[in-house]
Amino acid sequence: MSYSVTEPSSRQKWVAGTLVVLYALITMVPLLWIMMTSFKTPPDSISYPPKILYQPSLEGYVNLFTTRTRVSPEKLASLPPPANFAEEIVRDRKMVIAGPSKFGGRFLNSVIIGFGSTFLSVFLGTLAAYAFSRFKIPLADDLLFFILSTRMMPPIAVAIPIFLMYRKLGLNDTHLGMILLYTAVNISLAVWLLKGFIDEIPREYEEAALIDGYTRFQAFYKVVLPQAATGIASTAIFCLIFAWNEYAFAVLLTSGTAQTAPPFIPTIIGVGGLDWPAIAAGATLFLLPVMIFTVMLRKHLLRGITFGAVRK
Amino acid sequence: MAEIVIKNLRKDFGDFTAVQESSFTIEDGEFFMLLGPSGCGKTTTLRMIAGLELPTSGEIFLDGEEISQRPPSKRDIAFVFQMFALYPHLNVRKNISYPLASQGMKRRDIKAKVAEVSKILGIEHMLDKPVGGLSGGDRQRVALGRAIVREPKAFMMDEPLGALDAEFREHMSEELRALHDRMGATTVYVTHDQLEAMQMGDKIVVMNNAVVEQFGTPRDIYNKPASVFVADFIGSPSMNFLPFNGTVKSGDTTVQMGQQRIVVPEQLTSAEGELILGIRPENISLSDNGAVKSSVVALEYLGTTQIVVLDSEYGELKARVDAAQPVAVGENVGLEFDSATITLFAKSNGRALRSVLNDGVFPHG
Repeated sequence: MSYSVTEPSSRQKWVAGTLVVLYALITMVPLLWIMMTSFKTPPDSISYPPKILYQPSLEGYVNLFTTRTRVSPEKLASLPPPANFAEEIVRDRKMVIAGPSKFGGRFLNSVIIGFGSTFLSVFLGTLAAYAFSRFKIPLADDLLFFILSTRMMPPIAVAIPIFLMYRKLGLNDTHLGMILLYTAVNISLAVWLLKGFIDEIPREYEEAALIDGYTRFQAFYKVVLPQAATGIASTAIFCLIFAWNEYAFAVLLTSGTAQTAPPFIPTIIGVGGLDWPAIAAGATLFLLPVMIFTVMLRKHLLRGITFGAVRK
Repeated sequence: MAEIVIKNLRKDFGDFTAVQESSFTIEDGEFFMLLGPSGCGKTTTLRMIAGLELPTSGEIFLDGEEISQRPPSKRDIAFVFQMFALYPHLNVRKNISYPLASQGMKRRDIKAKVAEVSKILGIEHMLDKPVGGLSGGDRQRVALGRAIVREPKAFMMDEPLGALDAEFREHMSEELRALHDRMGATTVYVTHDQLEAMQMGDKIVVMNNAVVEQFGTPRDIYNKPASVFVADFIGSPSMNFLPFNGTVKSGDTTVQMGQQRIVVPEQLTSAEGELILGIRPENISLSDNGAVKSSVVALEYLGTTQIVVLDSEYGELKARVDAAQPVAVGENVGLEFDSATITLFAKSNGRALRSVLNDGVFPHG
C-alpha cells in the first residue's frame, strides 16, 4: 500500500464524489418526503402506491394555520364568493374558515424560547469560558468538571424534580422557565466548546490591546470576540438545535401560553382526522429557522480560524 | 522620552522565582538589551516594565514616576511582540491606528499620523491590505508602526526578529537600529542572540536563572566578563576556560598554573583553591616561543580568520588566528597568551576575581 500526497486521480474523485452524493440523498429523502407531503392534498397524501408526481396544493398550509367548520350545501351556496385562495381551498371541501389555529403562537413561542436560551447560553458561556481560559481560578479544573457533570445523565432524569420546582416557583408554562431550563442544559456545552476556541486565541492579541490603551473588557470584546466568532457561531448552532427540537420537557412543562411547536404539531392529528399534509406543513415550517440560521452562519463554520497574523 | 530605573525587581510565580532582585538603569534614549538564555527571566522583566505582569516586589521608575503597579494603558509604553500580534480581523491601517483610536483622537488626525508613520516605515502601499497575507518583514514593520504611532515614552521589544529568517533578520536589525537613532526613544529589547545584542545595543543586561549577571556596554561585557556564565554566553567560539588549583593574592601579576607561570592583570583580591583562567580565542597566538605546548587537533576556516582547535596540557583550547597563517593538523605549536586580557574566576561561585582589567565594571566584590 503506497501513500501519496499528490492530488487524487479523477477516478478516485469520481468514486468519492458519488458516495458522498448518494449518502446525502439517502439522508435527505425523509426531509424531502415531508416537504412533498406538505404540498399534497389529504387524499394524495394517503394514496397507495404513494404519489411521486401530483398536483401541488397549499391545502396543508391552509389547514395548519386555520380552524374550519363544516356547513350545509345551502349555506355554502349563499355565501359571497371566496375572498382569497385559502377560502377557496376550504370551500372545495364544503367547509368555511372559523378562525386562526394556534400554530402561529406556538411557532412564535419556539422562536422566543429557542433563540432566547441560545443567546443566554452563548453569552454566559463566552464570559465563563474566557475567565476559565485566561484567569487563574482556584479549583478551575474541578469547576470545569462539575459544569460538565451536569450533562452526565439524561436531562429527562431530573424532569420530576424540575416539574415540582417549577410549579412552586410559578415557572410552569412560562417563556422564562423554558429559557432558563434550556440554558441550564446548554451552558456546559457552551462553556466547554468556547473554552477550547478561546484557548486557541493567542494572549498576545489582548496584551497588545492592553498596551494600546484599552481596558481588559474592551480588549475582550474588541479583540477576543471577533477572533472567537467561529466558535461562537458553532456553539450557537448546537445550542439552538437542542432548544429548538426539545420535546420531552416541552410536553411536560408547557401546555398553553409557552407551548412550543414540537409538542403542538402532533396534536393536529386529532383536529380533523389524520391531516398528514397539515402536519407535514408544520414540520416543514419548523425546520426552516434552524436551516436558515445554519446557512447564515455557514461561512463562520467553514472558515478556518484566522490566525494568519501570528506565526505559530 | 524617558529614563527607566529598575530597583530590586522580583517576580515569583508560585514557588518559582522568575526574576530575583534585579536592579539596573536604562538611560534616556538608550537602546538597551536584555540578554540571556530562554527561561532566564528577561521576558518577564520586560513584561513587568510594560505592565503585562505585576512584580511581586520592587519598583520601576519611568521618568521618575513609580509605575510598577499601574495597568499597561496608564504607562505610555509600547510593546512589540515576538509573534507581532497584529489584530487579524483588522487591516494594516486599522492595526496602526488602534492605539490612537483608544485615546479618542480625531479621525482626521489619525489619518495624518498613520500616513506619517507608514512613510517612515515604507509601508504606505499596503495600508488597506489585510494583515493575514503580509510577509514576516512587513508584519514586523506594521507591528513597529503600531508601536511608534503614538510616540510613547519607551519601547519594549520581545525578540522582535525571532520570527524572521536569518537573512532578513540582518536587514531588519539595521532598520530597527536606524529607526531608533532617528527617533531617539528609549528602547528595551529582549533577545537570546548574543550577536544581535552586541550589534544593536548601547548597553546590555545579561541574565541567567532569574539573576542579573552583568550590566554594561557590549565592549565591557565582552572584554571584562563578570562571571563564567557571561564569558561563556558571549562570543563565538566562547572563551577558553583553563581550570587550575592555585593561590592568588592581592597585587599578584602572575599565577602558577602547573609547570607554567602565567602573567595576568594585577589582581585586587585574594583567592585560593579551584580557579579558572579565562582567555578569548583571539587572544591566544601560535608561536614557536610560546611556553604552553600543544598540538593542533582541527581547523575551522572562516574566511578572514580560522579557528584552531588545540590539545594542550590544560585541556582543549580554541585559538582564533589570521586565515593566512599556515597551520596543519597534527603540528606541535607553542601558545602565547595576551596577558592583559586574561580574567580569573573562582570556580566555587563562577564570579570573576577583581583585577586592574575589570575594576569598577561590576558592583559585587
